[in-house]
Amino acid sequence: MAKVPVQFTLNGSEKAEFVESGTTLLHALRDKIGDTSPKGGCHQGTCGACSVIIDGELRLSCLTLAETCNGADIKTTAGLAEGGMLHPLQRAFLDAFATQCGFCTPGMIMAAKVLLDRMPNPSREDVVEALSGNVCRCTGYEPIIQAVLTAARANSQNAA
Amino acid sequence: MELRKSYFADVRKDGLNEIGQPRPRLDSPGHVTGKTAYFADRNFPGMLHLKMVRSPHHHARIRSIDTSEAEKHPGVVRVLTAKDVPHNVYTILILIQIGPEDETVLADGKVRWKGEAVVAVLAETERAAQEAAAKVKVDYEVLPAVFDMEEALKPGAPIVNEYHGQNYYLYDSGECRKVRFGDVEAGFAQADHILEQSYQSSPIEHAPTETTGCVVAPEGNDRFTCYTNTQAMFFTLDNASIILQMPGSKLHFVGGTVGGGFGGKVDVIVEPIAILAAKLTGRPVCFIYSREEEMQVSSPRAAEKVVIKDGVMKDGRIVARKVTGYTDAGAYSRHSPYGAQKGAAHYPGPYTIPNVWIDTYCVYTNRTPSSAMRGFGVTIGDFALEVQMDKLARLIGMDPLEFHFINAYRDGDMKAHRQPTEGAALIECMQEASRAANWPVAEKYMAISSYGKGE
Repeated sequence: MAKVPVQFTLNGSEKAEFVESGTTLLHALRDKIGDTSPKGGCHQGTCGACSVIIDGELRLSCLTLAETCNGADIKTTAGLAEGGMLHPLQRAFLDAFATQCGFCTPGMIMAAKVLLDRMPNPSREDVVEALSGNVCRCTGYEPIIQAVLTAARANSQNAA
Repeated sequence: MELRKSYFADVRKDGLNEIGQPRPRLDSPGHVTGKTAYFADRNFPGMLHLKMVRSPHHHARIRSIDTSEAEKHPGVVRVLTAKDVPHNVYTILILIQIGPEDETVLADGKVRWKGEAVVAVLAETERAAQEAAAKVKVDYEVLPAVFDMEEALKPGAPIVNEYHGQNYYLYDSGECRKVRFGDVEAGFAQADHILEQSYQSSPIEHAPTETTGCVVAPEGNDRFTCYTNTQAMFFTLDNASIILQMPGSKLHFVGGTVGGGFGGKVDVIVEPIAILAAKLTGRPVCFIYSREEEMQVSSPRAAEKVVIKDGVMKDGRIVARKVTGYTDAGAYSRHSPYGAQKGAAHYPGPYTIPNVWIDTYCVYTNRTPSSAMRGFGVTIGDFALEVQMDKLARLIGMDPLEFHFINAYRDGDMKAHRQPTEGAALIECMQEASRAANWPVAEKYMAISSYGKGE
């Protein structure tokens, strides 16, 4: 089958791959480039485990074709920590016991990051709305909501 | 209400303060950085994808299987049928002598539930495997099916599973697991009131965010490494060894973080066929359930029916309890005979009742095989028992919590299945619950203890 070239920035690094036309970004990231932080939970856009950030927007990588990402700036949870320092969201997820099996966690953190980038001081309702596309089967969501609110508070204190 | 996050640490003087203190989970740093390795994060060059051809019928005889078109499909490497599996008929709990072997790895001559695995297709890509699977032609003769447990137990019902010969699991105690304690009929004769109620539940899917699957890599020396999200590593290793007729020393199982299990990943389903595929092709193989397969094909919690007949005195004492429990195993045993047996021990509940009579049936139907899920054999029973307890309290006009205190088991009480009660804390829990929920009970109930009979 004919392959198409794809080139984008992943967590600040230039990446180039040849993929079969129709390959999802999730497949390209995980199986071609080796960033396995986005997870495949449903491959039909309903669970949010594959969430990544493309040009600042939250996207489901299982429903995004790799060939549509040429020139894009893509961020995943694997690239969030800087120089060994956890991002405030990662720290908050740790401290709030917001992970159990961990499978939804990278997608949850992506959704939360897009929220906090736009809205540094979200209400609880804003957090619930922002995470509503991400399924967690273990925690019952409450520790995750608390983690996002805690990270928001930590951010605003750092800014002040 | 005060919920304490730390217990006992403040009263200990010996430096052993770790238990009861919150500590960071060791796996969380991997989770939040995306570094935790799940089985599907393993990728090997040349890895093949396995897709299963599944039965569209609840019960059917297989007249013929034609894989010729599928084998010609571009990218297909191998197609597997029952004859390729060294020991095709197995049952998971044979390891603890719960037989007979009653389930096929790949269907042989018959399918017994809609979704049963019939043919495995291996291809270079997932898409090629999927397309080729659609080209496998299976000629079925549809047979009458039975979906209701009580219908399945009637004479003349279609036989679901010939390895059993009847539609129930044959325990050493007969057609059901039995508990007999005291004289239940004498108890009913003595009772002021009798209440008989029936409770039913549907199957429940665990719905883990990570679907069931495994990745198998041949090591080149006739040994195979299987990366799996099983919750039952050694059950899987030993059953794979039986099914493949290979010594366990040839099989290297690597588990690790499971992306949600809840009991749904204790069956041995994907690993043996994936190892066989890796052995026969010499290539790495991945077999990962689609979301549809996870929801439709993986074992759910069993449907249950619980019929409870209780005799109760006006003063609140339950004097007789008769329970008939039905566990819907679906077409194959998996863990259900064990679940039904647990129910037999559990149905008296945490209550001391002098006269008890229990029958629990593990029933075969043409439904998706059920298996383990959080407290299986007990959870649905607890729902039924606690609804029944509240109904009994209302029947005699008593506060439901006080009614529970009157019947609560205490240390030293003999349970119906002849285990003496030890370490009971029900009374203490209910006393704490009474305070926490601001649901007051008479002072005498706040004074009693699980550890002495004095009131």
